[in-house]
Amino acid sequence: MKQRTAMAENLVTCHDCHKLVHLPDGHDHGTRCPRCHGALHFRKPDSLQRTWALLIAAVVLYVPANVYPIMRVTSLGRAQADTIMSGVVHLFEHGMWPLALIVFFASIVVPMAKLFALVHLLVSVQRRSPKKPVERTKLYRLTEMFGRWSMVDIYVVAMLAALVQLGSLAQVEAELGAVFFGATVVTTMIAAESFDPRLIWDRRGRPKHSEEHSKTHG
Amino acid sequence: MATPPVDRTDDSTLAPLPAGDAPVRPVVRGVVAGPEHIVACHDCDLIVSLPPLADRALARCPRCQFVIHRGAHHTIERTVALTIAALVLFTAANAFPLLTMKAQGNETVATIVSGSRILWDQGNRGLAGLVLLTTFVAPLLHSTLLLYVLVPLGFGKKAPAAADVFRWIGHVRVWSMAEVFVLGVLVSLVKLADMADIVPGIALWALGLLIPVLTASLATLDPDEVWSRLDRSGEL
Ligand SMILES: [Zn+2]
Ligand SMILES: [Zn+2]
Repeated sequence: MKQRTAMAENLVTCHDCHKLVHLPDGHDHGTRCPRCHGALHFRKPDSLQRTWALLIAAVVLYVPANVYPIMRVTSLGRAQADTIMSGVVHLFEHGMWPLALIVFFASIVVPMAKLFALVHLLVSVQRRSPKKPVERTKLYRLTEMFGRWSMVDIYVVAMLAALVQLGSLAQVEAELGAVFFGATVVTTMIAAESFDPRLIWDRRGRPKHSEEHSKTHG
Repeated sequence: MATPPVDRTDDSTLAPLPAGDAPVRPVVRGVVAGPEHIVACHDCDLIVSLPPLADRALARCPRCQFVIHRGAHHTIERTVALTIAALVLFTAANAFPLLTMKAQGNETVATIVSGSRILWDQGNRGLAGLVLLTTFVAPLLHSTLLLYVLVPLGFGKKAPAAADVFRWIGHVRVWSMAEVFVLGVLVSLVKLADMADIVPGIALWALGLLIPVLTASLATLDPDEVWSRLDRSGEL
């Protein structure tokens, strides 16, 4: 059986309600879904440019997120500031290695893997790579699924700040690193959302000005 | 200029497709009798002819393996029941203490929103907003809006602006992070248990129960069925 894409048949799937709408002249500009009134696009608009822009912003934010401390613990007049990494190291030193692993995965592995995965997807789409489209589509789905777990560290800071309120005896405060880290998580989530996995399938070694390509930007 | 959209989905025939080969079938376990309809895979845009599915059956895209459709029978009744349960648990999770810390004769009680309040007081307003949005506003909004659409729909009626509201629900869901928050609370609990007396409160149990309820309500919700019922229902 022949495999046909919706776009090649002038059909567009509504991003919000998944209705299949026929646009006879193949232009999606300014059209709205008759069912849910969401904007219709054959492909997410300017997907590659937007994803790159957000990804670069996320990388830039991720540097201060790791350099600045995420919280400061004041206890009996002694202040100690923890970065994401030093927090993980402290947990290891205190023998709390399951906890250390959770925080290490959520705050370091997941954001890094997500950044690398999105760069790989963008570059391979731009190179019109024909290789492993199924695996790349799955990689995209994983990226979308796990990004939210990076919020764990933000919640830990919030809970510690809420609980450790003993004035001069002991106090926990959120620091600049947590702000940058929160911004990194949000930015990468929006970046993943801007990427259109259908581009993986559209651009597999086709000539640059194919019908699909003009529609993407039409 | 804008093209007026042409509605052709309700043709269960292959109307929008030009003459030629029939569209491919999904990889599916558990088909029930009924007309097929044409959909495009969300992740690779392949046109697939989708048969009606048995309860809990999955239809996967033959090309990229995306789960195109998930059979969910009695979707409205089940989702409404689970969403009401989720709202009750969420109310309990907010009404009772989450964690209580006892140290040096002092007792500090934290609830779901106290993290955001403290961050706000300490001048971290952006962070406070993010925590409040993902642990309180989005989960509450998601459940309430879902009931707003589904309860009237259960009686065959369409609430005012139901289509727009149901569309927003999809966007709100992304920012509802109750399950991640629970992990954060557990990490804080273990971290503090080392240096102080820390007692988990009723809210933590309520949150712990909320997660499977939310997961189940996602599995029972069949958005395609809700959309097609919205198409067929009269205004409230
Ligand atoms: Zn729509
Ligand atoms: Zn597919």
